Amino acid sequence: MRNAFVRALEQRAADDSRVVLLSGDIGNRMFDAFKESHPERFYNCGVAEANMMSVAAAMALDGLRPVVYTIAPFVTTRCLEQIKVDVCYHQAPVVIVGVGGGLSYASLGSTHHALEDLAELRTLPRTTVLCPGDAPEVDVLFQRAMDHNDHHPGAVYLRLGKKNEPVVHTTPPDVGVARSTRVRESGQSAADVCLLACGTVLPAAVAAAERLAALGVAIEVWSMPSVKPLDEETLSDCFSQGQLVVTWEEHALAGGFGSAVSEWLTDRAAAEGAWPRSTLLRIGVADQFVKSIGSVDRVRADLGMDPPAVACRIHEALRTTRSYS
Amino acid sequence: MIRELETLASDIRMEVVRMSQRGRASHLASSLSCVDLLVAATEALSIDPAVANDPSRDRLVLSKGHAVSALYATLAHRGFFARARLSEFNQPGSGLPEQPSPGCCPGVEVATGSLGHGLSLAAGFALAARIQGRPSAALAILSDGELNEGSVWETAMFASARELGRLTAVVDFNGWQATGRSRDVMQLDPLPDKWHAFGWDTVEVDGHDVGELLDAIEGERPAVARPRAIIAHTVKGRGVSFMEDDNNWHYRIPTVDEVDLACAELSRANEGAA
Repeated sequence: MRNAFVRALEQRAADDSRVVLLSGDIGNRMFDAFKESHPERFYNCGVAEANMMSVAAAMALDGLRPVVYTIAPFVTTRCLEQIKVDVCYHQAPVVIVGVGGGLSYASLGSTHHALEDLAELRTLPRTTVLCPGDAPEVDVLFQRAMDHNDHHPGAVYLRLGKKNEPVVHTTPPDVGVARSTRVRESGQSAADVCLLACGTVLPAAVAAAERLAALGVAIEVWSMPSVKPLDEETLSDCFSQGQLVVTWEEHALAGGFGSAVSEWLTDRAAAEGAWPRSTLLRIGVADQFVKSIGSVDRVRADLGMDPPAVACRIHEALRTTRSYS
Repeated sequence: MIRELETLASDIRMEVVRMSQRGRASHLASSLSCVDLLVAATEALSIDPAVANDPSRDRLVLSKGHAVSALYATLAHRGFFARARLSEFNQPGSGLPEQPSPGCCPGVEVATGSLGHGLSLAAGFALAARIQGRPSAALAILSDGELNEGSVWETAMFASARELGRLTAVVDFNGWQATGRSRDVMQLDPLPDKWHAFGWDTVEVDGHDVGELLDAIEGERPAVARPRAIIAHTVKGRGVSFMEDDNNWHYRIPTVDEVDLACAELSRANEGAA
């Protein structure tokens, strides 16, 4: 995903002379071409994220379009107050790009996991939170993020994985702010299960769906990268057709994508005076520091968040909801 | 000219004392401490109320946002908005809050109040001006207590590395922070050496001598672009004898009688000078 980001950034910078990149001393060699084309528009701000974010805010207020890039926990949690006060409060158009979202840097341990960033960012006013599911989505969503700031100045957070993730889309996906795309159809007029994948888990979600389909479950899979604002139209459709809606994200269950969906669901029920027929199952990381060591796949498996384990949970949830219906 | 600026400073101090009482706003002594810094900065910088949003203007950032009454009063006396508006300060429904909000009045560049942001913002303004080929300078006024914040020193390293020769940090070194002597709470000394060691062109001045301040802000810069740090030695509560160097006035709000006493002292100072 990060290579897709660099390509998208280079393209944007070629078209828009206001684009400036601020990096927190990472991306060795990755930005060489950008630096060569735009030496006056690349700033390595060192390992000093608070300063970097405030500098970006001031640049944005002065007419530039800064993109701030470093590892996800450091470009969010570490400088959250600078995002709140300097970027959001001032309506400064800043695109914040975090590499290593979720468990992408699994082997580096909890210091480098980003499992709370979505919760933090989405509680701030004037933020937009986008989690691309593969490299083609990065390309599209980076451009949408920059466009969005033209009319909604504030922080747009783009949460990347790492590199060489499996690619789901073969053509540029139709995703954006509050816009999702269906990546697998159920083959039925109404699906039993709508699986909503947010961010880096998209390829795993497709794999889990194939397992369930093999068991005869009518399941569709959506890539739903926009955590804030939510794609309410797609959510309404999903909750009105099947038995089960499943959210899946690499984030704490508290405050992330599934949490946003459940809040939306609760508010909608209050407004309409009735709950939908579908049940919501949320897949995410429980309230814990993740201690297992290994690759992303290994850590996901240890957490019960790999395709076989999630397929089992969905299958079990489906049996439970059926027994009550 | 210096005499006029000193009179202006006394007028602003009277305004600030009244604003604290009327608006029930604390931090009066912090505001009195930096009045001369604001008078000198608004004199030296290229800012003009007639074109307050000119992209080429210099940027003034009061990083110690808790002293905003002094900034509002200075801007009003400099013609950025009507002085009558100062009576709104911190009143219910007012547009002039106890700590500045974005765009609350002409001349306030940024919302400050959470300490340790203003110098970084000023550095961003200075760098953005350079990237876009504008002449703008940026000046931030910091409190000494604010230097506890690590982000200040992040910017100290950054601005030096980026050779931001149009950036100035003025430290209102009054020796106090909210609950104690600033050099007891955190190790500040030797403060000028610290800024020098971070690569800043550092000068020390009497922070109540407007002439010295103007020289320090406008003085020739070194050939190699370096940001400038002005360590301004000040007295917290300056100008009102019973508030000077008494940290109770960090939070205390004056009574109506105390306002009268303070304003009488400040008027006498002006008459004495005239």
